[in-house]
Amino acid sequence: MELDPDDVFRDEDEDPENDFFQEKEASKEFVVYLIDASPKMFSSTSHSEEEDKQESHFHIAVSCIAQSLKSHIINRSNDEIAICFFNTREKKNLQDLNGVYAFNVPERECIDRPTARLIKEFDLIEESFDKDIGSQTGIVSDSRENSLYSALWVAQALLRKGSSKTADKRMFLFTNEDDPFGNMRISVKEDMTRTTLQRAKDARDLGISIELLPLSQPDKQFNITLFYKDLIGLNSDELIEFMPSVGQKLEDMKDQLKKRVLAKRIAKRITFVICDGLSIELNGYALLRPAIPGSITWLDSTTNLPVKVERSYICTDTGAIMQGPIQRIQPYKNQNVMFTVEELSQVKRISTGHLRLLGFKPLNCLKDYHNLKPSTFLYPSDKEVIGSTRAFIALHRSMIQLQRFAVAFYGGTTPPRLVALVAQEEIESDGGQVEPPGMNMIYLPYANDIRDVEELHSKPGVAAPRPSDDQLKKASALMRRLELKDFSVCQFANPALQRHYAILQAIALDENELRETRDETLPDEEGMNRPAVVKAIEQFKQSIYGDDPDEESDSGAKDKSRKRKAGNADDVKYDYIELAKTGKLKDLTVVELKTYLTANSLPVGGKKEVLINRILTHIGK
Amino acid sequence: MARNREGLVLLIDVGPAMHSVLPDVEKACSLLLQKKLIYNKYDEVGIVVFGTEETGNELAREIGGYEHVTVLRNIRVVDEVVAEHVKQLPRGTVAGDFLDAVIVEMDMLIKMYSAGQKGKKRMCLITNAACPTKDPFEGTKDDQVSTIATKMAAEGIKMESIVMRSNLIGDAHEKVIEENDHLLNLFSSNAIAKTVNVESPLSLLGSLKTRRVAPVTLFRGDLEINPTMKIKVWVYKKVAEERLSTLQLYSDKAPPTDKFAKHEVKIDYDYKVTAESTQVIAPEERVKGFRYGPQVIPISPDEIETLKFKTDKGMKLLGFTEASNILRHYYMKDVNIVVPDPSKEKSVLAVSAIAREMKETNKVAIVRCVWRNGQDNVVVGVLTPNVSEREDTPDSFYFNVLPFAEDVREFPFPSFNKLPSSWKPDEQQQAVADNLVKMLDLAPSAKEEVLLPDLTPNPVLQRFYEYLELKSKSTDAALPPMDETFKRIMEQDPELSSNNKSIMDAFRGSFEVKENPKLKKASKRLLRDKPSGSDDEDNRMITYDANKHKIDIVGDANPIQDFEAMISRRDNHDWAIKAITQMKKRIVKLVENCTDEGDKALECVLALRKGCVLEQEPKQFNEFLNHLFELCQERKLSHFLKHFTSKKITLIPKSEAPDSDVVDENADDYFTVKQEPMLES
Repeated sequence: MELDPDDVFRDEDEDPENDFFQEKEASKEFVVYLIDASPKMFSSTSHSEEEDKQESHFHIAVSCIAQSLKSHIINRSNDEIAICFFNTREKKNLQDLNGVYAFNVPERECIDRPTARLIKEFDLIEESFDKDIGSQTGIVSDSRENSLYSALWVAQALLRKGSSKTADKRMFLFTNEDDPFGNMRISVKEDMTRTTLQRAKDARDLGISIELLPLSQPDKQFNITLFYKDLIGLNSDELIEFMPSVGQKLEDMKDQLKKRVLAKRIAKRITFVICDGLSIELNGYALLRPAIPGSITWLDSTTNLPVKVERSYICTDTGAIMQGPIQRIQPYKNQNVMFTVEELSQVKRISTGHLRLLGFKPLNCLKDYHNLKPSTFLYPSDKEVIGSTRAFIALHRSMIQLQRFAVAFYGGTTPPRLVALVAQEEIESDGGQVEPPGMNMIYLPYANDIRDVEELHSKPGVAAPRPSDDQLKKASALMRRLELKDFSVCQFANPALQRHYAILQAIALDENELRETRDETLPDEEGMNRPAVVKAIEQFKQSIYGDDPDEESDSGAKDKSRKRKAGNADDVKYDYIELAKTGKLKDLTVVELKTYLTANSLPVGGKKEVLINRILTHIGK
Repeated sequence: MARNREGLVLLIDVGPAMHSVLPDVEKACSLLLQKKLIYNKYDEVGIVVFGTEETGNELAREIGGYEHVTVLRNIRVVDEVVAEHVKQLPRGTVAGDFLDAVIVEMDMLIKMYSAGQKGKKRMCLITNAACPTKDPFEGTKDDQVSTIATKMAAEGIKMESIVMRSNLIGDAHEKVIEENDHLLNLFSSNAIAKTVNVESPLSLLGSLKTRRVAPVTLFRGDLEINPTMKIKVWVYKKVAEERLSTLQLYSDKAPPTDKFAKHEVKIDYDYKVTAESTQVIAPEERVKGFRYGPQVIPISPDEIETLKFKTDKGMKLLGFTEASNILRHYYMKDVNIVVPDPSKEKSVLAVSAIAREMKETNKVAIVRCVWRNGQDNVVVGVLTPNVSEREDTPDSFYFNVLPFAEDVREFPFPSFNKLPSSWKPDEQQQAVADNLVKMLDLAPSAKEEVLLPDLTPNPVLQRFYEYLELKSKSTDAALPPMDETFKRIMEQDPELSSNNKSIMDAFRGSFEVKENPKLKKASKRLLRDKPSGSDDEDNRMITYDANKHKIDIVGDANPIQDFEAMISRRDNHDWAIKAITQMKKRIVKLVENCTDEGDKALECVLALRKGCVLEQEPKQFNEFLNHLFELCQERKLSHFLKHFTSKKITLIPKSEAPDSDVVDENADDYFTVKQEPMLES
């Protein structure tokens, strides 16, 4: 392997982390969806008031799975799924059991990663269901047929794939029949119940979790105690909470945020030197990084095959292709000072890569502008150095209690940086962890990274206007009115990313319509229009601007940079249309061309030719 | 002077009290000039020193007085001479009067540039401000300073004072210092002037801004409270990383006789269907593809353009929330600053009112921003107040980008309370830790805070420019060692540590750490931490100085151990490659000299294989094995090859290293297949 010169100049810190976090599978999930297809599932469930919203339970189940698959393929595309119907007329499964139909599409194993084709055909399943699969009750007392038993068997067989150590295995069971063996003779019922429960227990013992998604009739709630509580192994505590949570579960399956889920990985292993002779072991995690739509693969547009990119360095003097590491030059003092790639990486190599404690400061020394890039989360590990966790927790507690952060020197980035280690207490809500306990490593800028903009806006000797008490009071009222209720960081989905996934889905599935994505980042218009809010804003405005209908009167000197934007229509000295017709635009200077462009609010970038073309297109319209 | 140029006068106190820090002053100034030579080579620079024995300035010649102020260089375009000059500042003999010097300097700047001239005029005073100033002929010193300052403001001259206060000697009177500080403050309030007090050579290096960036707004427009209430604001970068300049590629292919050779290198990207094919695909024939499950879905640029998320430029307020709601580590990027449009007094007021009220009530604002029309995405961020301490500076907001829901990775971590109690500190240990956190204090008071980011220079850049300077004189100059000054950011301050020695010792004593003895060889990291086979390493304390047994060559005696130590060095990823290369050489030698000692070579090959799997360098090994195979064939060392099969040395297949292009089945029968034809021949 040779040193790639571009590697040396790349922003190296981002690099390893991205590598670490890109689409590598660690643990994955195997899921079998079991859908009851008995005639009962097809009966309408409409509430009498809402006649137009007739939906069968079968439809609810199928559309829920369809939605879930569309999120799944983006979020965890390495997971493998299978879809099985039971209580069917036709049969299709490896065991050749009656009443179970494993749905699949070509180019795919029965349990496999979801594909566009699977999603597409599953979307249309209701149209063809009657013809291809058919509904038929499969639990027959006389013939001892038990389709539920068979379904569990088929699912369990499918889930034999993959080791249970590295993968989660789950079945989702959709049904509206709370007592599948209710109509049987008592002896048969007991027998069937026993064998079915045994089958379910076997599956659970193999590490497969069975999740039930019961669908209730409007007039009669699904009674979990009749049969299914034993099948899914609920104890009495869980029983009470189970039914109320069902609705939420279905919603959750449908409305998942499209978000690529990454496996938990250690981004950096860090040796933290507390003082000479005492080092502990920490793991660094990238808990916050801008999400990207996933890697781009270039394709040949005619064949849609992936394209290989080859980079070559060519000497402009001889046309020869350069091999190996190429020297670099820096023009300096009328000469070209040459550096080898090796020398440049030597320059950057100033430390051992450890994290070295320098001392502590009160939290208010960490200013809001002391930030460069996303932080790294640190959590101790006793795996290699025993005692690390203890020392870490002790420092962690002290720092929280004394409201201090640690300043340290971190050699693991290029360039090495001063970092602030801010202790974070664990925060939990609703049983979930909102903030894990540990320290966040915040990368601090160096002196030359910080710009003194404030100075630029100071007028020496001239006091800047400051608000009066009344104005402050009005501002305070405004802020109280505009308080965001229950705001939490990252409550907004990234609108561009969600749109991208919607486009991707529409194109992949040949959908005619783009799924509407909502831009959650827009201000809450309704809230803003509440009279009290409007009034508070109005009063603040009044206190600052007075009665002057012109919101702003210029004060002091005119802004010099105005001159640069002299693109008013008045300045247009030429008849551009005439010039364009006669092809004389090229005789104008770039500045003159830009005058036209700015006047018509067109972009002004590019070479002269580009500018002319842009004007021509504009006039052409 | 053009608008984007700068005229700078360095005003340096070289009096006896400054001698000890002058080497650092020289370093800082030289870096400043070096960068000017590269990035702003039309800037103009003058140097004035004061505290010299002799006197040499125009004012002294014209009107007398102004003694002990010497103009080393008049304001001229920066050149190599001045860069050299500044490294050999004279050592003065008298205590200098900085006020005299400021007047001389101002006179120079005014004579050089008329008031209306564009461009920036800047003076930089470096002194300890510990020597008394003379009384003016008339009026008080305060009046005099105010007059000078007002004049400077009128002329548009900026002043930076760096006051070095680490090494005050006995004869510096507190009164004098107090007076001088007062005078410097007067400058600040009457002119664009700021004073920075520095306490160490490190912050001296950091305090002189060696990078001059013309500030550019990235947004000018409305901060919209609601559609009827808008505040005019400008947004700038507050923080932006200064990077090492991108060095050009250099080609040495042209013959030395070619005088017109440009020595440039062009980078070409070819897009091909397969690696072997020569057919190149034109840029317009390519289309972006995105993963959708196992497939890649092409999306044409037109589709992207028409369907993509569209934005309108603007800043919209979403509302206010408690500052404590926004944890500090959620800041995602470098920081912007939102200042009110300076020409709109009402906007200045509005920003100020909100900022002050935010500070008062500990609130922050959440805003949604699109900086440019047609920007690909929106950003949601937090405005925090930046209430100015200076009267003449308008209040503003800092803006930090917040993450979107998709940006958060929700990995659970065990709660500290749930960890086994042997992993948690007891009361005594906690007390020791409390003590350390309290006493290892970098900011005993606001004034004494050390290691301020605002005053800390970037060590890598410092070193690069130093090296550049050396290289410009001699091509094969060696890389200079890391400047001593930078020890202060890379290691604990020895003074601070020794003052707190008992606390550090207590901490060390209370928190014993040891390497986990149970770790198996399989662990990659273990390999790295065991440089050579010492026996008692299980209980060895891990010390910072692991560098002692750094191995940088694969020797004859213990090639395997050397190799393992070297490949596991983590101070640079090159070591792995070096180790592999050297190990290969060693093996070839062993094979070539092979008599009957095949075993050692084999062991080395095994070690190399293991190392290559660990380092995920399958190619290195696979190619080498091929090479070795050919070598053996050439030399008719068939017995050696037999060993390979018996020891089951195989290529590294995909299952062991995903980068490998060897399929698992092929790896195993590599030798069986290849060997047969050879045995026949």
